[in-house]
Amino acid sequence: MSRDMSIKKVLVIGSGPIVIGQAAEFDYAGTQCCRSLKEEGVEVVLLNSNPATIMTDGDIADKVYIEPLTVEVVEQLILKEKPDSVLPTMGGQAGLNLAMELEDRGFLKENNVRLIGTTSLTIKKAEDRQMFKDTMEKIGEPVAASEVVHSLEHGIRFAEKIGYPVVLRPAYTLGGSGGGIAHNENELREILANGLRLSRVHEVLVERYIGGWKEIEYEVMRDSAGNVITVCNMENIDPVGVHTGDSIVVAPSQTLGDKEYQMLRTSALNIITELGITGGCNVQYALNPDSFEYCVIEVNPRVSRSSALASKATGYPIAKVAAKIALGYTLDEIPNAITKKTFASFEPMLDYCVVKIPRLPFDKFITAKRTLTTQMKATGEVMSICTNFEGALMKAIRSLEQHVDSLMSYDFTGLSEDQLIHDLSIIDDMRIWRIAEALRRGIPYDRIHSITKIDIWFIDKIARLVEMENTLKSGRIDEETLREAKRMEFPDYLIAKLNGTLSEDEVKEMRKQAGITAAYKMVDTCAAEFSAETPYFYSVYGGENEAVSTGDRKKVLVLGSGPIRIGQGIEFDFCSVHATWAFEKEGYETIIINNNPETVSTDFDIADKLYFEPLTPEDVENVVNVEHPDGAVVQFGGQTAIKLTEALMKMGVPILGTSASDVDAAEDRERFDQILRQTGIPRASGGTVFTAEEGVKVANELGYPVLVRPSYVLGGQGMQIAISDDDIREYIGVINRYTQEHPILVDKYLAGTEIEVDAVCDGEDILIPGIMQHIERAGIHSGDSISVYPAKDLSDEIKKKIETDTRKLANALHVLGMINIQFIVYKNEVYVIEVNPRSSRTVPYISKVTGIPIVPLAAQVILGHKIRELGYEPGLQPEADYMAIKMPVFSFEKIRDADISLGPEMKSTGECLGIAKSFNEALYKAFIGAGVRLPKYKNMIVTVRDSEKEEIAPIIKRFENLGYKIFSTRGTAKYLTEHGVHAVPVNKIEQPSPNLMDLILGHKIDLVIDIPEQGAEHSRDGFVIRRNAIETGVNVITAVDTARALATSLENTDIKTLDLIDIAKILKRGNRN
Amino acid sequence: MKAYLILEDGHVFTGKSIGSRKTVISEIVFNTSMTGYEEVLTDPSYSGQAVCMTYPLIGNYGICYKDQESLRPYMDGFIVHELSRVPSNFREEDTIQAFLKRYDVPGIEEIDTRALTKILRESGTMNGMITTDPDVVPDKVLPEIRAYKTGNEVEEVTCTEKEFWPATDTVVGGITSPAYKDADPEAPVSGKRTGRTYKVALMDFGVKYNIIRSLNQRGCDVTVYPAWTKAEEVLAGHPDGIMLTNGPGDPQDCPGEIREVRKLYESDVPIYAICMGHQLMALAAGFNTKKMKYGHRGGNHPVKDLETGRVYITSQNHGYVVDTDTVDPEIAEPAYVNVNDRTNEGLRYKGKHIFTTQFHPEACPGPQDSAYLFDKFIRMMGGDQ
Repeated sequence: MSRDMSIKKVLVIGSGPIVIGQAAEFDYAGTQCCRSLKEEGVEVVLLNSNPATIMTDGDIADKVYIEPLTVEVVEQLILKEKPDSVLPTMGGQAGLNLAMELEDRGFLKENNVRLIGTTSLTIKKAEDRQMFKDTMEKIGEPVAASEVVHSLEHGIRFAEKIGYPVVLRPAYTLGGSGGGIAHNENELREILANGLRLSRVHEVLVERYIGGWKEIEYEVMRDSAGNVITVCNMENIDPVGVHTGDSIVVAPSQTLGDKEYQMLRTSALNIITELGITGGCNVQYALNPDSFEYCVIEVNPRVSRSSALASKATGYPIAKVAAKIALGYTLDEIPNAITKKTFASFEPMLDYCVVKIPRLPFDKFITAKRTLTTQMKATGEVMSICTNFEGALMKAIRSLEQHVDSLMSYDFTGLSEDQLIHDLSIIDDMRIWRIAEALRRGIPYDRIHSITKIDIWFIDKIARLVEMENTLKSGRIDEETLREAKRMEFPDYLIAKLNGTLSEDEVKEMRKQAGITAAYKMVDTCAAEFSAETPYFYSVYGGENEAVSTGDRKKVLVLGSGPIRIGQGIEFDFCSVHATWAFEKEGYETIIINNNPETVSTDFDIADKLYFEPLTPEDVENVVNVEHPDGAVVQFGGQTAIKLTEALMKMGVPILGTSASDVDAAEDRERFDQILRQTGIPRASGGTVFTAEEGVKVANELGYPVLVRPSYVLGGQGMQIAISDDDIREYIGVINRYTQEHPILVDKYLAGTEIEVDAVCDGEDILIPGIMQHIERAGIHSGDSISVYPAKDLSDEIKKKIETDTRKLANALHVLGMINIQFIVYKNEVYVIEVNPRSSRTVPYISKVTGIPIVPLAAQVILGHKIRELGYEPGLQPEADYMAIKMPVFSFEKIRDADISLGPEMKSTGECLGIAKSFNEALYKAFIGAGVRLPKYKNMIVTVRDSEKEEIAPIIKRFENLGYKIFSTRGTAKYLTEHGVHAVPVNKIEQPSPNLMDLILGHKIDLVIDIPEQGAEHSRDGFVIRRNAIETGVNVITAVDTARALATSLENTDIKTLDLIDIAKILKRGNRN
Repeated sequence: MKAYLILEDGHVFTGKSIGSRKTVISEIVFNTSMTGYEEVLTDPSYSGQAVCMTYPLIGNYGICYKDQESLRPYMDGFIVHELSRVPSNFREEDTIQAFLKRYDVPGIEEIDTRALTKILRESGTMNGMITTDPDVVPDKVLPEIRAYKTGNEVEEVTCTEKEFWPATDTVVGGITSPAYKDADPEAPVSGKRTGRTYKVALMDFGVKYNIIRSLNQRGCDVTVYPAWTKAEEVLAGHPDGIMLTNGPGDPQDCPGEIREVRKLYESDVPIYAICMGHQLMALAAGFNTKKMKYGHRGGNHPVKDLETGRVYITSQNHGYVVDTDTVDPEIAEPAYVNVNDRTNEGLRYKGKHIFTTQFHPEACPGPQDSAYLFDKFIRMMGGDQ
């Protein structure tokens, strides 16, 4: 064995808050890695600022620090914990950057700590543009003609030399931030200037444009003995030009012959060898579709989103193997966890086809450009597995939960043929739907290919789906047609809808008669060459079923939460995984259905069985027909799972925990009002409406401002504050873009303190781990608010009231398991905003900071245990003796034209934690963790709406006292000056230079505080300022309360040494189970 | 048209006919390569067998004649899950459907190839019949299916007369072989000339062209001899080295070839042998070979170099293996072992310039990781041990 026994204690660095380009895949990799290290008896110290992750659990690592990911913190942590090694390759770009800084400062050497899994030379060779180019040249691997530039002039000169268009790639940024394609000098100037600013080392690569080439990726591994293998290759259906994270990807490659496949495979192995990587690596290629010419686009010397996808696509656990390699093991010593007969030194062979589709956030950012470029915009992704491409594509589409279920879901029938052909050149998330429409019109494959550059093979597959639509539409469906439609994964209801004469039930009956049922195949890494017992399945129509209902244990079905999107993030995977583990401990056989390749829940060793399937009623029913579970839990998988409740009941699967009817009572306005009357708990008055005119009527009765939102949604989707009839019409118009089954709620808006509570109810008693208070007052979505535990501004009386109300509501709704309630404390009165009888976004956070494992507790009470017998005194638990602050983190710079101002609709993609003895230190840590590192230039811009001026003035005064120079539009400046703040008046952007825009583009601004008018914003000014500020890397605050919190935090920046807190100790203390 | 695959154990798969409509009885094997179906189709080692591809989507990039590994497909039948309706690749010249028809190879598609593979894995390689005749009664034909045995397949596939394949960068008297002319000059190569031109005598037991090309690219003039050629004739050409190639069937069915290989063994000429060549050399040295349960066919087989400890991912296609227990340590020692099942993957002969491997360094299809073995052979011809 080549295990290096001198490695005894390892610091693993996580990737921090979820942002676009760095998401749940690193929780998956990190969790797998920590478990793999612990298996080897290594003591694991974990650092990650993201409390929503599974890797930051006490049973995943030995010591857990949820602290900001800064060099200072890592250094301090190393001094405190004295690990012998640091493993930085699991934390994405954030982890690598930290490792590089530590190395550059000589800190690691000084303290006798070594990097494992990589070396600083490896990181530099892969990440530094010039060194990368030199390395590739040395081993004869082609890269596109390119040059590293540090200035605008240099970039322009080089672009002129190689000719436009050129691609710009800033060094050391995530998800291609600040990159883009410039077609002319103007565009070059704009993108390059921005890229230089965003790059940590002010460095941008300008390179030959190879748009339209095939984009191919290889996931390769290497051990310290020099053994190399390929885990998987992947082909992007979208040719080069679209970030791979935003591309539809298929694995393995479909249109490459063996010569091309092996040429690139050999190249990837040569590269990983030359870079000296010990672990996993991702190599991206552009392949000329008309020759053997190729070039290396980039190399990621670490686990990545693609490696997570490759792991799920093949069953080969890359992160786990990489962790073992970091300890010195060679590939032939590491057993293949799937076959248990073979070793990690082999290459997975697939006997199926995998399709990944990105989940893009354009439903949240309706003003944003949908164009896809080299800058990633997706927040998450779905994956599907099938033995044919058509079926895999159909399954992936319906997994998106984006009102799409087929290639007919976006309607382009209204376009003229000329317009349609013209629009085929648009590269956005609706491109394959446009191609489908073009095929319906009979536009030839070649024409479509010449515009889109998408390979004919994929176009033909889309055509086959279109042909099936036509066949189904054209009349009587015979058995053969039905068989073929199901092979291509057309859902029953869609077959019925297309056919028009059959109902969904009749289609289902017809299938039953003909024996057309879903069969499940195993993902076994070896195309059935060796027998495997992996409980990892996907469905196909036609063929032998390999999934058999096993064992005599009771079975529980856990429904996952699907793709990560704004409003439904990694928190729900945390809940699903913990629920699964809890059920397993209770002696249940656990079955997970989920479709998100980035998550821990879809690792094949989490549940007893994993079905990688879409989360729709039909797909779930197919699993139910094979497994016959004794019950299903829906309260942990967010709205995705909740939505399946009714369907599960129809299938005869008992819902474990709170009943479907009670879930509905919390959502249904009338029934909920009834419960409030019965419990005597007040809420803001309001009404339910379907149309804009009804809305206007209710709003006028209530008096503006009012809150408008659809019911039955998560993350406040579509929620807005309206101050006028016009606003109501506009918002309701937006909500009604999609047919609403449920009414729209119009409520009086109360500007009080927002409070949030998660609780467990065993049918009688409740357990509240703690009360959370939002820094921003009601009106800003709870997920976008800074949240503080313990609530610091509430009297004991109010706390008692919240506890009582929680119990009353839980009892009235007959909650069994989790409940989440949002309250407003307004003029010393407690109002309820909403009740969700299920787990929530704050569950991981509150579990970690109180140490009370509420998800397992909920699972246990669902199975009949009582809170008292589980070792807890019911009610509100004693407050902790430290403050814990959850800070939202946004990805606005990635989404062009998205409005960043905060409101009732959630916009954040992730969160980080600040935990400390004092509120101020916790707040400081939270801001640092969220990447707010101030001051730099001590210049700020303030523009505030009239109604907030009075409140903001003293806050701005505090910034002035901190040494800030204040710039303001004239109105704000006048007010501030009158109130003792020295503010420099500046022209608005439509006024002549120098104006606000010049200031922002001058790059000497730290901060913009812009409090926009409530209601629909009709001047573009604020929007343009905020966008430009975000895109030039300036912090922007759009709420008074956030500004106040930031001032408080900055006033405390003299905190030199942060007190680092081991969360694992809290977790041990809180867990009495 | 419907087609049926009837296995000797009574399993029947119903699918759609592809290629020729004729009925064949053959040995059914599976290959796990995800790319390279054309190379598999034209690998002469599949003579006497019908091949099931475990990757479900076959024919995606069509057929490019320059990628053939021999003059034509020698396999008896081709079994796939789904053939691509529209192939797409810049080198595509034909569809797999037309290719099978042209060479009269029957096949079947739209069957559960994974289920078939599992049967072969559990019960071992077995015989089967592919037919489009709906009147065939399985029970009646089972005895005939069971009775099938591969013959001396080498005789079926070896070249009919001596051929000369010059080194890629030399033109000798204007001779170029027809097959060589067909090689794609743009296709990536695995190696290049480092020294002088070597004369290699190649015993064709069913050679894949890329073995010859790999030698040509490295500056070797290769003379290809039919399998039945006497050792004396080969040695009379004064080759710098001898290459024993892959080939189909049971090596023990080739006593004549074994006898001649023994004479080559006794000569002092450096020898490198691949696959069937490796097995024939082992038999010639007095060791034994045995049939494997279901063989190794694919491009992901890990092989460990016992000298360096390095593991290489290799391309393989064999159903027989040298029985390590019968290797006389005085004569040879295992040089490579399969990491998965510990079977022998190569031998080094003591006191001789002879090494042999079970796996295929010429790849095509499959990984090119072990192409360095051709360089090793060149160095051996140049005087290295």
